[in-house]
Amino acid sequence: MKSGPGTSGLILNEPLLWEKGKKGRRGMSIPTSDVPEAVLDAGLTGAGPDFPDLSEIDIVRHYTRLSQWNFGVDTGMYPLGSCTMKYNPKINDKLAATPEIASAHPMLDDGSVQGTLQIMYELQKYLAAITGMDAVSLQPSAGAQGELAGMLVFAAYHRSRGSVRTKILIPDTAHGTNPASAALCGFRPVALKANAQGVLDVQAVADLMDDETAGIMLTNPNTLGIFETNIRQIADIVHAKGGLVYGDGANMNAIMGIVDIKKCGVDVMHLNLHKTFSTPHGGGGPGAGPVCVVRELERFLPVPRAVKDSEGYRLEFDRPESIGRVHGFHGNFSVLVRAWSYIRSMGPDNLKKASQLAVLNANYIKERLKKDLHLPYDRPCMHECVFSDLFQHENGVKTLDMAKRLIDHGYHPPTIYFPLVVPGAIMIEPTETECKEDIDLFIEVVQQVVAEAREKPELLLQAPVRTKLRRLDETQAARHPCLRG
Amino acid sequence: MKELSELEFPETIRYTEDHEWAAVDGDTVRIGVSDYAQDQLGDIVYVEMPEVGDMFEKGDEFGTLESVKAVSELYLPMGGEVVAVNELLLETPELINQEPYGSWIVEIRPTDPAEYDELMNAEDYIEMLRG
Amino acid sequence: MRYLPHTREEITEMLAVVGKDSLEGLFDAIPLECRFAGEIPIPPALTEWQLGDQMREIAASMAVGPDHTVLVGAGRYHHHIPETIHALINRSEFLTAYTPYQPEMAQGTLQGIFEYQTLTARLLGMDVANASLYDGGSALAEALLMGLRVVKKSRRVAVSAAVHPHYRAVARTYLQSTGFELVELPYGPDGRTDVSSLQNMTELAAVAVQSPNFFGVVEDLEAAGTAIHAAGALFVSCFTEPLAFGLLKNPGQCGADIVCGEGQSLGMAPSFGGAALGMFACREEFVRNMPGRLVGETVDLEGRRGFVLTLSTREQHIRREKATSNICSNQGICAMIAGMYMASLGGSGIRELARLNYDKAQYLRAELEKAGATLVFQGPTFNEFVVRFDRDFAPIRQRLKEQKIVAGIDLGRYYSELSGCYLFCVTETISRQTLDRVVREVSL
Repeated sequence: MKSGPGTSGLILNEPLLWEKGKKGRRGMSIPTSDVPEAVLDAGLTGAGPDFPDLSEIDIVRHYTRLSQWNFGVDTGMYPLGSCTMKYNPKINDKLAATPEIASAHPMLDDGSVQGTLQIMYELQKYLAAITGMDAVSLQPSAGAQGELAGMLVFAAYHRSRGSVRTKILIPDTAHGTNPASAALCGFRPVALKANAQGVLDVQAVADLMDDETAGIMLTNPNTLGIFETNIRQIADIVHAKGGLVYGDGANMNAIMGIVDIKKCGVDVMHLNLHKTFSTPHGGGGPGAGPVCVVRELERFLPVPRAVKDSEGYRLEFDRPESIGRVHGFHGNFSVLVRAWSYIRSMGPDNLKKASQLAVLNANYIKERLKKDLHLPYDRPCMHECVFSDLFQHENGVKTLDMAKRLIDHGYHPPTIYFPLVVPGAIMIEPTETECKEDIDLFIEVVQQVVAEAREKPELLLQAPVRTKLRRLDETQAARHPCLRG
Repeated sequence: MKELSELEFPETIRYTEDHEWAAVDGDTVRIGVSDYAQDQLGDIVYVEMPEVGDMFEKGDEFGTLESVKAVSELYLPMGGEVVAVNELLLETPELINQEPYGSWIVEIRPTDPAEYDELMNAEDYIEMLRG
Repeated sequence: MRYLPHTREEITEMLAVVGKDSLEGLFDAIPLECRFAGEIPIPPALTEWQLGDQMREIAASMAVGPDHTVLVGAGRYHHHIPETIHALINRSEFLTAYTPYQPEMAQGTLQGIFEYQTLTARLLGMDVANASLYDGGSALAEALLMGLRVVKKSRRVAVSAAVHPHYRAVARTYLQSTGFELVELPYGPDGRTDVSSLQNMTELAAVAVQSPNFFGVVEDLEAAGTAIHAAGALFVSCFTEPLAFGLLKNPGQCGADIVCGEGQSLGMAPSFGGAALGMFACREEFVRNMPGRLVGETVDLEGRRGFVLTLSTREQHIRREKATSNICSNQGICAMIAGMYMASLGGSGIRELARLNYDKAQYLRAELEKAGATLVFQGPTFNEFVVRFDRDFAPIRQRLKEQKIVAGIDLGRYYSELSGCYLFCVTETISRQTLDRVVREVSL
């Protein structure tokens, strides 16, 4: 009997904020006034919000207890495919909180903020260097906004050539954000199927690519964790028809220092700094989704960007063909600082090594689990591997049940039911920061869950049982939405 | 999900390839989704419906059914004007799961009543589902 | 490298299991023409201590630092942040979690966001708030797109020229390839939006007004709402300073259909403009057209209260190109911070703090007027206002900077007609003594 790290602890109950407190309490100090009370037009004033009044310890216990109901990378292994839940270094958080950086105001003149501009300038340069691309905008707040910026660059490029294009090719292995981002730019997604090897066929692209198609939007490595080996030929076909190639860089963690994105023929890509570049995901954000382009498209990037000249760093606004701003200021700057810190900590050798080890870990898991779980595409993977629940169907056990049982054993489950091309998908991305003994234990626990599925399926169907709450009724939540208290 | 033999397909109504049913009621036709469709979708949590007075052609999308993690479009088996929508479903969408044939979604006045005869009968529909 | 735990022996063992001789061998499938040539051209690795030195150098190059008094707001505000927030938000169970896809393992994030949604809805006077969007700028763009979804037959939206210029720029970016038209409403001599031009506009889906607006002027939201509704459009109320609603009428009370804005004021540092917090709320009838994630209350198998992500069928991962937005990652931890901050202030605290901001800003405004400055707009203000001086203000501003005071920003860059007009912001962080020093320099 293999035991994962999961156990039960003393978990405390905690009501909602407004179910505690007393009127008149205060959770933070407010300065006493040193100015006269000014006249206030009664017609403008409201009653003020109905907030609960809590003391400082009420607040501290409330959120401390809530935090104990949560699971993060610091708690344990989080092999959530496509999300690259690697270790989030503490020094990055510390540097982002540097007082000069945290207090920097974004509406001041360039001379007042040379340090923050330097970080932007350097990060732009580093991201270009790591991808092989020529120019970078740091503004997009997350991957999806990077895609939007990238698709707007597509639209601006075709507009500049007087070319009207209404379609975009998107493979079925793409992220759900891809079609949504393209649609915002007036492009109608045309679905492209991966072949039996899980990659795109050159001929399939050639058949669909025409002069009404703006280009192709693909993810490489794709969401099956497989490198699109035909990418260069596909790019040539798209370019020959006047189209552009978008590379969703969500999976960059597999190929740093190994693949040159520009050489693949990609014209525009985004990176997810909260994946590849170790910034914490914060239970949903903030992320950062810088967009990288080849030289010919630089003029369309969002403004402003940081540049350097003999007088120092400055923001450059004068780009008449720019798509404009996608953010009120410079994107999620505190996230950018963390990514800058990570790249400086790693250097060129360690970044490449991180990719190599991420791929090693995923292949190791794939090899060791492929007898236990159905592997729909049995070929070398990149940084993640995709299984399915096919073997478990005869026991009446589904992917969801195995995922929930892993929780009882102390693991965050892998990504499930994605990519859509694999029914009942189980997508495992261990990342490079998990050590071998932890990966071995994870593998053994998965094998045990598979054995349980055969012998005691009830254990899986009832799971999780060690968490504070058991399975939640999502149907009720959607039928009768209660979105506030 | 259930086996085909566990599902019901009344013989008095007609079906489409997209799993809607149509039932004539005087000079109007009521439209809903089949037992097979509700079973595939699982717990239905929301029904999006057109407005009374909307005009549609045969095959037009007239609404959607939502489960927790899927959206399924509804296509009109016959062209016509919407004369009523089943407002009961707004509050209790689960009725479609419980009584798929009792839970009509819209009622239309068909532009061409003859379109009804082009729809599949229960036997053909079951045959199609067997593939 | 301390982030990479594998020993050489382990790598060899693992390579044997996957049937490869070397780490390079893992990448055999990658065509040669796609390979990276040589080493990544970035500087070599630094130790934690060297990196700290590097950051100290960068910090030292900031001519304006934490020992300065910055009398500038314009979308980013200096407020006191309680130490509790720093301590609690660094709890890595919150910070290092992903989106709460597995609710049994993420009840902390989910309850925290549900509380944020609730307090936000109460602050803005709206029925429903979402779990956050990126920032005030994209929240405005999303609000306009939502208006176009709700008012299906109209293809035009309008935004007040007194909305933050950067937010208007973001809205233009989002709309540029949609085929929808974006027009601007002028501002009047009192600094408020002139809604009279709405009478001549047709096919309007949504109209956005910001209050307090970019000039710090509190709009007559009720009158704006009436005019906007008369034009058949949805009323979008935007903000950059949510603290104002501790004192002023909230947008819901004034008839807003959608409320959007920036939440940085609620416990986040200026941090050069990010991380930001896009706050977004609407009336209940529009909830299925709302962009972004929503947390809802439900029960578990044993009937205990719990929280899940819900109404997901609006979102990109299910509805793909027909989704209400392409947003996936949002500003989760920032929403948690805003929740903590609103709860720390409480109902009585937010009123007191808002009042203090108002009083201090009014004090500087009045004292500058006494010292010869002219108020550019006569409309009521909250913690920002615009003044013009009877002589060149640049040298005075420079003298103040030498005393570590940044005295406002020149609006000429954003509105050519307002060149030489300065936008000031005063919050609770600034003492009367400092304000008096500013007035003294102006009077000299």
